[in-house]
Amino acid sequence: MSMTRSSRLIASGIAVMLIVGGAMAFAIVWRPVIPAIDPPTPHAFDAALIKRGRDLAAIGNCNECHTVRGGKNFAGGLPVPTPFGTIYSSNITPDAETGIGQWSEAAFRRAMHDGVNRKGEHLYPTFPYDHFTHVSDEDDRALYAFLMTRQPVHAPARENQIFFPLNQRPVIAGWKLLFLRRDTYQPDAAKSAEWNRGAYLVAGLAHCGACHTPRNKLGAERVNAQFAGGDVDNWLAYALNDRSHAPVPWDADALYMYLRSGWHPDHGTARGPMAQVVSNLSSVPDSDVRAIAIYMADISGAPTPDRKREGEAALAQARSPSQASQTDLAGATIYAGACASCHETSRPLPYGGVNLALSTAVSSPDPRNLANVVLSGVSAVEGERSPIMPGFADSMNDTQMAALLNYLRARFSKQPAWTGVEKTVADARRAVTVYLQTSAGPRSAPADPTQRDKP
Amino acid sequence: MNASLILDRRRVLAGGGALIVSFSLTSAFAQDQAPAAMPPPKPPGSLAATAYLDSWIRIDADGSITVFTGKAELGQGFRTAFQQIAAEELDLPFESLKVITADTKLTPNEGYTAGSRSMQDSGTAIKNAAAQVRELLVAEAAKRLDLPAENLRTENGAVISPDGRRLSYGELVAADMLHVQAQPKSRLKDPATLKVMGQPVRRVDIPAKVTGGAAYVQDMRLPGMVHARVVRPPSYGAQLTECDSSAVEKLAGVVKVVRDGSFLAVVAEKEFQSIKAMNALSSAAKWKESANLPNQDDLLNVLTHLPSQDSTVFQRSDPSVSWGESIEATYTRPYQLHGSIGPSCAVAQLADDAMTVWTHTQGVYPDRQAIAEMLRMPPASVRLIHVEGSGCYGHNGADDAAADAALIARALPGRPVRVQWMREQEHAWEPFGPAMVTKLKASLDSNGKIADWHFDVWSNTHSMRPGGAGSMLAAQHMAQPFAVPAPRPLPLPEGGGDRNAIPIYTFPNAQVVHHFIPAMPLRISALRALGAYHNVFSIESFMDELAGLADVDPVEFRLKHLEDQRGRAVIEKAALGFGWKSGQKAPQDRGFGFAFARYKNLAAYCAVASEVEVNRETGRPRLVRAVAAVDSGQVVNPDGLINQIEGAIVQSMSWTLYESVTFDDTRITSIDWQTYPILRFNAVPDSIEVHIIDRPGQPFLGSGETGQGPAAASIANAIANATGKRLRNLPLTRKRIKEAIDA
Amino acid sequence: MMTLKVNGREHQVDADPDTPLLYVLRDDIKLNAAKFGCGLGQCGSCAVIVDGTAVLSCVTPMILLEGKQVTTLEGLGSVSEPAPIQRAFIEEQAAQCGYCIPGMMMRAQALLLKNSKPTDAEIRAALEQHLCRCGTHMRILRAVRRAARLMETADAAATTNRSAQ
Repeated sequence: MSMTRSSRLIASGIAVMLIVGGAMAFAIVWRPVIPAIDPPTPHAFDAALIKRGRDLAAIGNCNECHTVRGGKNFAGGLPVPTPFGTIYSSNITPDAETGIGQWSEAAFRRAMHDGVNRKGEHLYPTFPYDHFTHVSDEDDRALYAFLMTRQPVHAPARENQIFFPLNQRPVIAGWKLLFLRRDTYQPDAAKSAEWNRGAYLVAGLAHCGACHTPRNKLGAERVNAQFAGGDVDNWLAYALNDRSHAPVPWDADALYMYLRSGWHPDHGTARGPMAQVVSNLSSVPDSDVRAIAIYMADISGAPTPDRKREGEAALAQARSPSQASQTDLAGATIYAGACASCHETSRPLPYGGVNLALSTAVSSPDPRNLANVVLSGVSAVEGERSPIMPGFADSMNDTQMAALLNYLRARFSKQPAWTGVEKTVADARRAVTVYLQTSAGPRSAPADPTQRDKP
Repeated sequence: MNASLILDRRRVLAGGGALIVSFSLTSAFAQDQAPAAMPPPKPPGSLAATAYLDSWIRIDADGSITVFTGKAELGQGFRTAFQQIAAEELDLPFESLKVITADTKLTPNEGYTAGSRSMQDSGTAIKNAAAQVRELLVAEAAKRLDLPAENLRTENGAVISPDGRRLSYGELVAADMLHVQAQPKSRLKDPATLKVMGQPVRRVDIPAKVTGGAAYVQDMRLPGMVHARVVRPPSYGAQLTECDSSAVEKLAGVVKVVRDGSFLAVVAEKEFQSIKAMNALSSAAKWKESANLPNQDDLLNVLTHLPSQDSTVFQRSDPSVSWGESIEATYTRPYQLHGSIGPSCAVAQLADDAMTVWTHTQGVYPDRQAIAEMLRMPPASVRLIHVEGSGCYGHNGADDAAADAALIARALPGRPVRVQWMREQEHAWEPFGPAMVTKLKASLDSNGKIADWHFDVWSNTHSMRPGGAGSMLAAQHMAQPFAVPAPRPLPLPEGGGDRNAIPIYTFPNAQVVHHFIPAMPLRISALRALGAYHNVFSIESFMDELAGLADVDPVEFRLKHLEDQRGRAVIEKAALGFGWKSGQKAPQDRGFGFAFARYKNLAAYCAVASEVEVNRETGRPRLVRAVAAVDSGQVVNPDGLINQIEGAIVQSMSWTLYESVTFDDTRITSIDWQTYPILRFNAVPDSIEVHIIDRPGQPFLGSGETGQGPAAASIANAIANATGKRLRNLPLTRKRIKEAIDA
Repeated sequence: MMTLKVNGREHQVDADPDTPLLYVLRDDIKLNAAKFGCGLGQCGSCAVIVDGTAVLSCVTPMILLEGKQVTTLEGLGSVSEPAPIQRAFIEEQAAQCGYCIPGMMMRAQALLLKNSKPTDAEIRAALEQHLCRCGTHMRILRAVRRAARLMETADAAATTNRSAQ
C-alpha cells in the first residue's frame, strides 16, 4: 500500500515547521524546472519495455491511488485525508496540460528518486518516493514508457486542502532532509539472486513498508521497527516480522500463494486495502511474486518452536469438528446464526469462510480489522469468481457486534481479551463509510481459485 | 395460493350450469393421448392436437368465462397475453376472464412450454377457439332471436340484435354446445378493429408479486405440510456407501429420513429444522466418487474428440461462382447455467393412492408420465399442477424437484411435502446449457460478397427433458435406478445443437454440418435459445470478420446477403434507432457492434446494435447501450414483448461476458454466486431501447429467445471494434480481453 | 419463545435464537415476500427492513432482532392500497418472474427513506448486492426512480393535508 491511502502523517504541522524551519536553506529547497517536452508518441517506445513497465506498475500498485472509483485510468483525483488536510493524487496520464505529458524521462526519474515534480516543486510524501528512490533507472525507464503510452486524460489536479504551513511545499524539503534515504538499498552478495530481487522490489517499488512499518510522529517509517505493523485507512497492516500475530507462522510458500492468488488455506483471504495489492500481483511475472515471498519470509525469520507449536494447535482446532455453541452467550448465538454457515463448513477457502482459529484478524492485538470485515463484508468483484461475504453493519448494532467480536476472540484465539471493542466498532463504522466512498474502482479478482466442494 | 391454481375437478364441475362436458373432462386423462386423426386441413396452433373448443374455453351459466392453456406461465407474462387474445376475440372486457394454466387435470396437453412456442401454439389456439366460440354463440342467438347471424353483433359478453335485444353468453350456453371440434378456419377480428390486443395491458401477476401475495410454488403452505431437504451426492454417479442417520432422526422436528439407494432426504416439521437436519445428514453420509469429468480448460478438444454422429443439414452449391482466399475461425461456448434466483421447489402429497405434485415444470404432462413411471403408479393416479417458480429459462431443476417431492411424499402418505433445493444444489445439479464448438470457413468473391460458406457445429443434444423417469435425478439415484434415456438430436427445422446453424443469408455455396455428440460428460439440457445462442454468436461474429475482410460496413454487409424482407426491415430499424452510420468511428475506448438473426429461422426476427466500452488497462468491458428491433408478427402486448427483449439482451450480456460452469475431474465447482458470477447492477447498461415492428394480421412469432444470440454477437462485435481484437471463446471475460489487448 | 415485531404487530415465535429471520418470516409468520435465494447473503432475495435499514434476513439470526422493528413488503401496502414503491413497480411493469423483486423493493425503500432523491449511481450502488436473472434491471432502475418521485408527491400531499387541518 502506498501512503496516499493512509493518513499517518500524524505529526503536527507546527512541529514540522519548527524542526525544518531554520534549515530551509535555499540550496536544500530549490530544484530546477526540467524543460517541458512535446508528449512523445506511443510509437516512440519499445513494446517489450512497455510490457515490463505494465508489470512494474502493477507491483507498484500505482492504480490504487491514481485511479478513482468510476474515473479514468491513472487520471488521479483520489482524496487522501491526512491530519493536515486532504491531499489529492495526481494525474499521471501523458496529458500535456494536466498530466505528465510534458515530462521527460529525466523529470519522471527525478520524481521517483527525489519526490520533485517537473516544475521543481517538492511532492508530498503521500507519494512514497522514500521507497521509489530505490527503483533502478532501467525500471524507471520501463515505468515511464508504460505511463507515457497510456491514454492521455484531461483531468486537472484538484487543489490540495492543506493547512498552513504545510501548504508551503518548501517545508517538504526539510522532511526529506530528515527522512529521505536515497542509498540505503544495497544488494547482498551472500544471498541468492531471487532473494536480492525480492529485497529490491520490497524496498522499492512494492513499498510494502509504507503500510506495514509503523511511522514516527513526523510520518516517516521507523527504521528500527521495519515491518512491525502499521496503520492504513483504519486498518491495521499486520506485522510481517517476528511480531506477527498470524496463528500459523507464514513461510515463503504460503506468502507466495497468498500474494499470487489472494488467499491461503492457513491464513484466509486478502481483503481491505490488501485486496487491491494481490489483485495487481496476480498479473505480474510469477518470479517476482516468488522473490518477494522468499525475501519477506527470510527477513521475518524462522518461527520459534513455540510459535510452531501454536500454529499446529491452531490448525488442529480449525480441523476439529465444530463445537456446540454456548447459546447462553449472545456472541455465540450470533456466530452460530450469522457466521458459522460459511465459516464452519467443509467447504475450503477461498469460497468457504476461513476457520476463525486461523484468522489473524481474530488474534490481532487490535480488533479494528475484524470489525471492518464484519461491518462491510467482502463484496463481489464484477463478473469474476471471487469470495463474497455479506456485511453486517446494518443488522448488528455496536453492542451486538462487540459481543460477537469478544466471543470470537475468546473462542478462536489464545490472546488476551480485547478492551474497548464497542468503541472500536463505532469508530470502524465511521471509517468504513469514508473508505467505501473514496476507494478505487472495482478491483479485479486475483487468480481464479477453483476449489472443489460438496454440492 | 391463488384459488385457480388448486382448483380441483369437482369445483370445476360444480361450476353450475357449466358448459364443460364429455370429452375434455369426462375422461380426465384423455387429453394426453394422441389426438384422433383429423381430416386435413387441421385447425391452427395447438387446436390441431386438442380440437374440442371446450378444452380451451368454458362459459358458465352465470356468464363467467375461463380460458385453459396447457402452457405454463414462467414469468414471460403470457397469462396476460392469452387473456388479451381471448377477450379480444370474444368481445369481453379484459378483466372478466380467468386463465387456467398447465394442470393435467384441467388443461389441454400442450407438451412443454419451450422454444418460444407459447404464442404460436397456445396463443393461436386460444385466438381461434375464442373466435369460433363467439361464432357458435352468435349462431345460437340467431336461432333464438330468429334473426340472421350477420345482423347480430357481440359486445361486452353478450350477443346484441339490431333492435337492442341482448342475450348474454351465459344465457346462450347450453349443454355441450362448445363440445365441438374446431374448424380449420376461424372468422377472426379485423386487425384494424382490435381493442385489447396490441395494447400494453398490465400483467395480471405483478400486483401479487410486489405486495407479498402467494405467487410461487415456494409460497405454498398446505395444511399439515412438512419441509424436506435432499442430500445430493457430491458428484455425478457417486454412490452412497454408508449413512448412519440415527442421530439425525433424533434432531428437533425431524419427521423422517428417506433413503432409497443413493437418494437421501430428510423431512422435518419446520423449514430451518430441515436445513439443520440436512447438514447433519450430509456429514453422516459417505460416498464413493469417480473422476469422470473432462478438462474444463480444453473444451474445444474435449468436444471435437468425442464420437459424433455427423449429418449435413444444409447444402447448396453454385459452381458458376468463384472465390479467392478463405478465412477460418473457431468459436467455443462453455457449459452455462440457468441460475434461477430461487432454487427449484415442489410440493407433493400422496392421498387416497393418488399423487398430486405442484411444480414449476415446463411440461406437466410429460413430467407426470415420468413421475408415474418412477413411482410405478398409473399416470391416471398422478396429477401435476403447474405453479410458478422463480424465472425459468429452460430445463432447470424443476422436474427433478418435483420427482424428489413425489418420492419423499410417497414415504409420508397424507402429508404434503415441500422440497426446496439449496443454492448449491441448483448450481451443481441443474442440467446445464451444453458446451459447443463451431468452426467456420468462408471466402469472398471479387465483389466482396460471400461466395462459399462452411459451418460445422459440435454439440450434445439440447433437451434431456423427462420423457421417462430416467431423466430425473431421484429416479437415477434410487436403489433400482432408471437409466438415463439415450439422447437424441432435436430435429430441424427447429433443431437443437444445429438450431440457427443454417444461415439466413443467401450464399451461393454453403454447407452446414451438425456433429451430434451422444456422450454427455456433464448433465445438460435445454437452456434458453438452445444451440441458437452459440450458432448466432458464431455466424454473426464471423459475418463481421468477413465484412472487415471485404472492407464493408457490417450492417451494409448483412443487407447485401439478406433477401428476407422482414429481416431487412428489422436490421434497418435497429441501425436507424442506434444511429448507425457507415464509416462511423466510436468514441475513444468504445466500440459499436451489430448482429441479427431470425430465431430458428422461423420465429421472431431480432437485430441488436450495441455500444461497448472497454477499459484498456483492466480489460473490463461494459455494455453502454443497446438498441434492438424485433418483428414477432402480430403483437399482443407490446410492453410484454419489450420486457422479453430487454431481458434477453441483459441476460445474454451476462452469459456472454461472465459465465461458465467450472469443474475439476470429479465435481462441479461453480456452486454459488461467488463461483458462478453473473451480472450485477454496476454493469447494467445506461439504456436499452427496443423498437417493435408490428405485423397486424400476421401469425404470432415466438420472441422469448430471439434476443439471446444477436445480443451476444453484437457485444462481441462491439468489443472487437473497440479493441481491434477478435475474441472467439465465450465468455468474453475481462481477463481474456486484457490478454488480447496486451498481446 | 421470543417476541418479534413485524409490520407493526407483535408475534410470539417459537424458534431458536440462532434461526435466521427469513425462516421465521416464512415458516412461522407465513409471509411470502422475503424469498429464499441462496441462504448465503449473496443474492439479496431475502432483504427486509429492520429499523429503517435493509438487511439480508437469511443471515440475520433472531437474536439480533430483540427490540427491533421488522418491515417486510407486506407491511408497505397491498394490492388495493399499494405503497409508492409498489405502485412504481406496477406502473413500470418492473418484473418478469418477479422472484428477486421483493428484496430489490425493500432495498430501494430503505434507500429512499434515507435519500429521497438518489442519483442513478446511488441506486445502482444500493442494489449492487441484489441479483436478477431475468434481466429486468432497466425496469427496476426506472421503478426506483419513479418511486422516488411518487414518494415525494405523497410527502408533499401529506404535508398539504396536515397544513390544511
